[in-house]
Amino acid sequence: MDTKDIIKPENLVYAKPALMNDNPMHYCPGCSHGVIHKLAAEVIEEMGMEEKTIGVAPVGCAVFAYNYIDIDWQEAAHGRAPAIATAIKRLMPDKMVFTYQGDGDLAAIGTAETIHACNRGENIVIIFVNNAIYGMTGGQMAPTTLQGMKTATCPHGRTPELNGYPLKISNLLERLEGTCYVTRQSVHTAAAVKKAKKALRKAFENSMAGKGASVVEFVSTCASGWKMTPDQANKWMVENMFPEYPLGDLKDV
Amino acid sequence: MAEEIKLMKGNEAIAHAAIRYGCDGYFGYPITPQSEIMETLMALAPWKTTGMVVLQAESEVAAINMVYGGAGCGKTVMTSSSSPGVSLKQEGMSYIAGAELPALIVNVMRGGPGLGTIQPSQADYFQTVKGGGHGDYRVITLAPASVQEMADFVKDGFDLAFKYNNPVMILADGIIGQMMEKVVLPPFQPRKTMEEIKERSPWASVGKPKDRKRNVVTSLELDPAEMERNNIRFQKKYREIEDKEVRFEAINCEDADYLIVAFGSSARICQKTIETAAKEGVKVGLLRPITLWPFPSKAIYELGKKMKGILVMELNAGQMIEDVKLAVECSVPVKHYGRLGGIVPDPDEVWEAMKKELEIKPDLSSSSVTDAGESISKEQLTEVISNLNQMVP
Repeated sequence: MDTKDIIKPENLVYAKPALMNDNPMHYCPGCSHGVIHKLAAEVIEEMGMEEKTIGVAPVGCAVFAYNYIDIDWQEAAHGRAPAIATAIKRLMPDKMVFTYQGDGDLAAIGTAETIHACNRGENIVIIFVNNAIYGMTGGQMAPTTLQGMKTATCPHGRTPELNGYPLKISNLLERLEGTCYVTRQSVHTAAAVKKAKKALRKAFENSMAGKGASVVEFVSTCASGWKMTPDQANKWMVENMFPEYPLGDLKDV
Repeated sequence: MAEEIKLMKGNEAIAHAAIRYGCDGYFGYPITPQSEIMETLMALAPWKTTGMVVLQAESEVAAINMVYGGAGCGKTVMTSSSSPGVSLKQEGMSYIAGAELPALIVNVMRGGPGLGTIQPSQADYFQTVKGGGHGDYRVITLAPASVQEMADFVKDGFDLAFKYNNPVMILADGIIGQMMEKVVLPPFQPRKTMEEIKERSPWASVGKPKDRKRNVVTSLELDPAEMERNNIRFQKKYREIEDKEVRFEAINCEDADYLIVAFGSSARICQKTIETAAKEGVKVGLLRPITLWPFPSKAIYELGKKMKGILVMELNAGQMIEDVKLAVECSVPVKHYGRLGGIVPDPDEVWEAMKKELEIKPDLSSSSVTDAGESISKEQLTEVISNLNQMVP
């Protein structure tokens, strides 16, 4: 028996989604972005929406998301992706439109655009990658940085006196009448990846059903920014990030 | 079909013209003195007729980024604002220029800096024609001097935006926005279909079919060699626009001894000034730049050679005068007269200033009557200013 006999449709449990191209990714080892990209590509493909999907890339580590998923994209100014997605979806309601944003992009500079796109009930999906740090610019404090956590701009650890509190923006968005689905997921284990994919599928389906805005937050790692190995980062996330940002659906209507 | 002549404000004319042009989307945020643009659109509810989207955004920043998103889909989209709001749009305009997207932006200028006043001004000339946002880019700028041009420049602006895949600004001021005049509205034309859009803008992000590469609307390019090539391409386009798209109006310039250069409402005021000058025996011509960028430098250079002096009249402290001085290459004295912060001079005040600045001696023996076209009357100005006085920022 050789590999040809083993690789049969009924035995196939894992494949690269056709929408993911062969461009080498710029993400660091252990980064969550690669897995989340793959999930988005799989869901778009499985829904048969490849030719109807438009992604809006952020400023941050995922700025080059458009290099990896083979669909039409727009690259947004920092924080403005939900405003751009709003226009795309309103002008072409039959398209499937999503933004892909990090914590600085979505919960700091783009807070107004995020809240108002959600509050208007735009029929878009917001993929929100929360790793509690600015990765692209070299590990500065994010709105979601944990208390006591050290970054390049809070080298002695984040304190409420100086920096306020970690912003649980998904909890804010859950309160808005325009959101239909707000969930917190992660991709650190095979089981978590499976759950996250289901959540993402539901969000995309909601957007095409005209139910309003769906937000899928991914509590994620940034091994480089956190100055850890990928394995340490996963453990640190479970021990420190999950208590602050508990996983699960915050809203599902 | 008989012409449809209506009486309306410049701001209202913009709204009507946008719907009639087949505009796909307007995204705005209220600010005096241009809120009538969005108010008129909302009242006309074009989503029920042409299918045009009209959306009140949460900020000028969001509105210009909605324009980016819509333009990135090849749609015909626009926004409007007034000076402080246009400052907020500058980031988005830089991105629109960098991604080479077609878009129309209207600025109905008010007095600044800062929150300033809601009365008319032309103090955003530098911001508009010299940059405003970051990077080496240019915005094609049309300066209307009448309600008719407010309507006409919507079509011209969109046509230029799509011809060059570049942002176009209609740079009006509070007088032109608020003043009521007769206007012939353009005929209705249908919105572009998706097929027409794909044909016109093959780069647009409209969903990727299997048989083409993905379209990515972006201004990002980290490779400096590639980014330089992009910039060289932009500059080549800008030189082409400077060659082909200059527009101006010359009134009574043929045998004039002196020249006034003024744009927008200032030009309308100066039409009366040159009539007054003629009565005092002085032949004054008026050169009204219609495109502020590209600037009519060659026309001003040629005219300047025949003149004894040039007055640049602007509702600011002296901005366009720099381009006039560059154009005439020191061949003739160039002086400035302006009022600031929302004050509008009357035609006689401009004439008195011109005589003083350029040391002009009236010669009543050669007094003549000339017709320089329809100026803005004192009554119209008083009405605009008193209306604005009743508004809040």
